[in-house]
Order: sequence, then C-alpha cells, then structure tokens
Amino acid sequence: MSPIYINGSGCISPQETATGGLLLASLREYEQVRLATVDPDYKQWIDVKQIRRMSRVVKMGVGAANLSLEEAGVAMPDAIITGTAYGCLDDTGVFLTKMVNQQEEMLTPTAFIQSTHNTVGGQISLLLGCNAYNNTFVHRGFSFENSLLDAIMILKEGSAKHVLAGGLDEITNYSHDILTRFGLYKKAPVKTMELLNSPTRGTIAGEGAAFFTLSMEKGDHAAAAVTGLSTLYKPMWEGEVIGHIVKFLEDNDCTPADIDLLLTGRNGDIDQDEMYEEVAAALFPDHAEASFKHLCGEYPTATAFGLWMANRMMAEQAVPAAAAFYGKAPERLRKILLYNHHQGTHHSLILLTAC
Amino acid sequence: MSEKVWIAGGGVICGIGLNLRECLQSFRTMQPGMTTMQYLSSVHRNTFPVAEVKADNDALADMARMPENISRTALLSLIAAREAWQSSGLQDISAYRVGFVSGNTVGGMDKTEDFFTQFLPDTARGGRLQQVVHHECGSVTELVADALGVRHHVSTISTACSSGANALMYGARLIRNNIVDVVIAGGTDALTRFTLNGFNTLMILDQAACRPFDNTRTGLNLGEGAGYVVLVSDSLAAQLHPWCRLSGFANANDAYHQTASSPDGTGNYLAMKGALDMSGLQPQQIGYINLHGTGTQNNDVSEGIAINRLFAPHFPAMSSTKSFTGHTLGASGGIEAVFSALSVKEGIIYPNARFEHQMKELPFAPATAYSEHNDIHHVMSNSFGFGGNCSSLVFSGY
Repeated sequence: MSPIYINGSGCISPQETATGGLLLASLREYEQVRLATVDPDYKQWIDVKQIRRMSRVVKMGVGAANLSLEEAGVAMPDAIITGTAYGCLDDTGVFLTKMVNQQEEMLTPTAFIQSTHNTVGGQISLLLGCNAYNNTFVHRGFSFENSLLDAIMILKEGSAKHVLAGGLDEITNYSHDILTRFGLYKKAPVKTMELLNSPTRGTIAGEGAAFFTLSMEKGDHAAAAVTGLSTLYKPMWEGEVIGHIVKFLEDNDCTPADIDLLLTGRNGDIDQDEMYEEVAAALFPDHAEASFKHLCGEYPTATAFGLWMANRMMAEQAVPAAAAFYGKAPERLRKILLYNHHQGTHHSLILLTAC
Repeated sequence: MSEKVWIAGGGVICGIGLNLRECLQSFRTMQPGMTTMQYLSSVHRNTFPVAEVKADNDALADMARMPENISRTALLSLIAAREAWQSSGLQDISAYRVGFVSGNTVGGMDKTEDFFTQFLPDTARGGRLQQVVHHECGSVTELVADALGVRHHVSTISTACSSGANALMYGARLIRNNIVDVVIAGGTDALTRFTLNGFNTLMILDQAACRPFDNTRTGLNLGEGAGYVVLVSDSLAAQLHPWCRLSGFANANDAYHQTASSPDGTGNYLAMKGALDMSGLQPQQIGYINLHGTGTQNNDVSEGIAINRLFAPHFPAMSSTKSFTGHTLGASGGIEAVFSALSVKEGIIYPNARFEHQMKELPFAPATAYSEHNDIHHVMSNSFGFGGNCSSLVFSGY
C-alpha cells in the first residue's frame, strides 16, 4: 500500500502527552485500576463558556485534533473521521439518570444533544467551520481501525488531501462500575510499571484521545507513514492470528526480519496476554518488544494511543525504557509493527514505516 | 477505483410492514404506521404517536431466530438483513468476502434504560448485567454479523440520522478498494424512552401525525425499524440480476449547529451536489428524491431551500416516506435506500401522506399519490443528522 504520512499527531492521555518534549520524559506512574487523562489547558482551543458545557470526551477530542492539525500546519482538513466505541458516556449517563429519577418529566435537552456518538466529530467540524466529509465509527475494538481505514481509502481515492482521523473514549463512574462488575479489572490496585508482569487476571481501565493528520504527501514534520492496516474479527484460534500476521507482512512486502520493533497491546491480564506470547514466540522470538497499555490503560480505542507512541518513537529513533518490554531495539528504527487485540475478539495490525 | 457498485437486493422492517412487500402494500393503500404506543413503555404513551414495528419482542425473536431477551435493535436488524441477503440471489454467505456495515444511534439502549432503574439505587449490585452486555452500538452489529456468518469486515457507524446512509457509502468504498466483494449495508434502531424523551426536550415531536413539507408542520414522529441493501462488485453483479447501481454519494458537514440545520441548507446542498457530481449526472436527470423530510420546521425549510438552489427550475418528483414510517433515526438511511433502489427498479414514486398546504418558502410540492412504472432512471436519497452530518445517495438504472 502507498505510504500514508502522519504529518501531525496529538494525544491526550494519562501520560503527559499534550505538552511536547521527549516521549515519556516525565513518566506518570499510578497505583490504581482506573487511569484518568492529564488534561491540558483547553482554553487554548475552546471558548471558556463552551468548555463548561462540554463533557471530557468532547474536550479531549477537540484538544487532540487541534494538536494534530497544529503540528501538521493544516488549518482546514478535507475530512474528519472519529472512532469511539463508547461515545459520549457522560452525557448519556446524565440524561438517562434524570429520565429514570424524574419519571420522564421536566428534562432538559443539553445532555441529550451531547450524548450522540458523533458529538465529538460534529464539534470539531463546528469549531473549525469545516464543511468537509465527516464520519464516526463506533465499532468496539475496531472503532479507531475503521476510522484509519476510511481515511486511507479516502486519500487513495484522491478526494481529500489532508484527513484528520482519531480514536477516543472516556471513563465515567457508571461505566467503570458496570465494566468492573463484568470482571475486566484487577481486584486490587497494581503499580502501572509492574502491570505487565502481573500474574493475575484483569487489567486497568484507561481513557484518552489521539488524532492524526494524514496525507499522501509528506509534510515537514512527518517521521513515519502508515504502510499497512488490517483487522481480524473473532479468530477461531491462535493459529489463525499467526497466519493472518504472516499474510499481512507478505501483503506489505516484508518478513518478520524487516520488523525492528513489535509494539503490543499487552494489558497485564494473564489470560489475554497469552496471545501476545504465542505471536511473539511463533514469529518474533528474538525481536525487541514494547508495550503501551500500562501507560494509557485498557480501552477499545487504545490503539490510537499505541500508534501515537509508535510515531513518536520513530521520530525520536528511540524506545523509552518505560515502554520497553523485551530485548533491545536496533539503533535504527525503520519498521514498527503494532499488534493489538481487544478482549481476544478484535485483533488489529498497523505497520508504521520511517520516512 | 472507479469500479461500479451495484444493489443486488434489499430488506426492510418498519412501522408499515414486517418486510419490503408489506411496506409497498401500505404505500399503495395509503396506510401510514403512526399509532398510539403499543410496545414501548413510556409516560408519554398517549401524547406522542409513534410508528412502531407491529410485533412484540417475542414475535420478532421468533422471526429472527434469536433469544427474545436480546435488544430489539438487534432483532429488527437481523430480520431486515436476512431479507436483504435472501433477495440478492447470492445464497451461501461463506462463499464470498462479505462485510456487514450497520448504522445505529443508541445500540442496546432499550435494555440499558430498563437496567438503569435497578442500577441507580445500587450501582455495585443493582440490575442484571445481561441487560447491558449489548449496550454498545457495535455489539448490536456483531450479534447480527455472527448470526449471518459475516467475518471479513464488520463495522458500525453512528452519525445520528445519517448513520444508515453513511454505512452504504463506506460499504461501497470497501468494495471499490477491493477489501470485500459484498457488503450488507444499512441501519437499525428500535424505539427507546431515551430517544423519545430526548426529542421531546428539543420540542420537535408532533402530537399528531407528522406533516413533512407541509406549511402547517410542527414536528416529527419517531419510528423504528431496520433497512439494508446488498452491495456487490461489478464482477459479482454480472452473475446476478441487480436492482440498480449506487452511482453517487457524498457526505458533508453543515458546521452550523449541533442539532439545527443552517437556514440555507449548506450541508444539505453540498451533500446533494457531491453525490450528483460523483454520478456524473445533471440535476434534471434525477427522477425522484426520497427526502430527509422529517416534518420539523427547521429541516424541511433548509432541505427545501437547498433543493431549490440545486434543481430549479427542473424539480423531480419527491416525497418524504417518513410520513409513513416515522423518523427511524439510524435506520432511516438504510430503509430509504431500499425504497430508493426499488424506485429505480420498478419506477415507483412514493406518496407523501397528509400534504395539504404549500410551504410558502418553496416553489415545489411533494407527490401525494403512489404510482409505479414511471420512467425513472436516477433517484436521490437524502439523510441529514445532528452534528451537521449530511449525506446523499444516488441510485441509477442499468
């Protein structure tokens, strides 16, 4: 596939990703099962009066989108594509609660208006005054990957020059209570830097937003290009995943030997991480491996954070110690393979190549 | 990249029929679907008429061959998607690279809102988790994809009322980019108290049957349902008897207000113009427009002004089938795509029920009678939603 350059990127996450500087230079370590974003000063992008009405997911989306456009030097994108599995949980919860508690009477529209899944994409368009293509994908662990695929297709079709694409999700008290009852998280707090070696089931909850300004033309700040993207839905067994990765590499004219760094979505759940062990053992036994979910937590669009981190590692040509999981990456990083799975059902591969 | 994408079949379930032929019969006999609520439980039961699918969850579960405790959104989706597949003549789904792309706005909210009554007093233990396991929009899509046996590409789009239309656009792109050969694309949404109350706070629900494009209109009626087309590649179409082509599509953002359309219908105009341009057609070649036509003051005037700007002085026949089905939100783009594709195939012009008073802002009026075997080669379908999301599709004959 023709390279899709990342000309700008922006990320708001539980790490200090919104303020520039070297990747993870001031690492945030936590000992809790629920991570929250480190919020930048949103006033730089949004009017104070509007900020008060906006939920966190809208603010982090608008912030990450603006960081990405600023870095790319693009004032007006030709398409805005958003991926979010959960959408605007906070406003949904507010409206639902009032509806139940007030027996469907005396309700006000603000929370309902902001509860729709396309609120973030719509707000980015509204604030930019952008009449271009606007789409929102809401498909669980593929929400961000579908957005990226749509962006790649639109760029290849030639109908857009600069596409803004991203993924984001928020945690709310209600969503965290419910997901906790599903047994997704650790029973006791765990230190984030020890999460990936945890011998128990469950992971930690995370949230965040990452946006990318993509183009088929290389921008001044581009360090890497997306050169491959693939998803695999509900594979029957590990062998199908391994076969899929082999075919993915073939389709992109490379072999495991061409991969300088494997970046995985390990989340510290001993059952779920077994898939990464299998893949690494079968295809990348001697490769350096880095991970990202101990830094941002687990959520369905966490691959957006993963891609943001991969792109920064490419720009700095270094793997920070806090991200390293196994081995030592070569001096020169040319290709990074991001492999993630969400709950064992949604597997995705993103190939990033230095430019 | 310019490969043609064809419509090989379609299926619909909505307030005027449990399948496409039943819907057509309702249009023919001028039987709109709005009634007092029978299945949704709400304190507004006697205030707002709605166009419900005329079956309870047990009956729908039997039709869908799914458990009856599954979200109604998934039941409706599977029934319509299966009808679409069966009408395509493709048979064994495992023989093709197939995608399922479905739009919806609130996923399994019909179950979540029941859950919340027990959850709120005791968030640590209240409510049965079974009721929220399929809350996510994407989870509803996966229930149906798994039942159909779709594995190559599964995706969910949520752009409010244009979700279904955007599903067709994305599906067509997947085929043109050689990712799959067939896509079942459209949308689904069941009525929920959440949406009913939300639209009520916006004060855009009519307490009588809605009157799209009528000067006396005062709002919309909510509906529910699902509608899907089967999109196929050019090479597969050669072995089938497709209804028509999806010849053009465009998506634009109004960038005016989170819920209201701009007075001059900027996004509406850009979507319609973009779809026409892609299809390579002149405005006068469009034979029928399936309007977004919700019946709100704001939508109909913005859409009408945008149509006037693009089509004057050659106005095609047009109507809002929401005057029969109600506004089915995330499903509407899918349901109306099926109606529009059939319009090309059988020369159908659908009636706009209850139109009596000419809108003072517009020089044209909607069609009020059902007719078939009209000489129609190209049909446009409009879907405009909250968040400024505007999409138009163009369907063309052979």
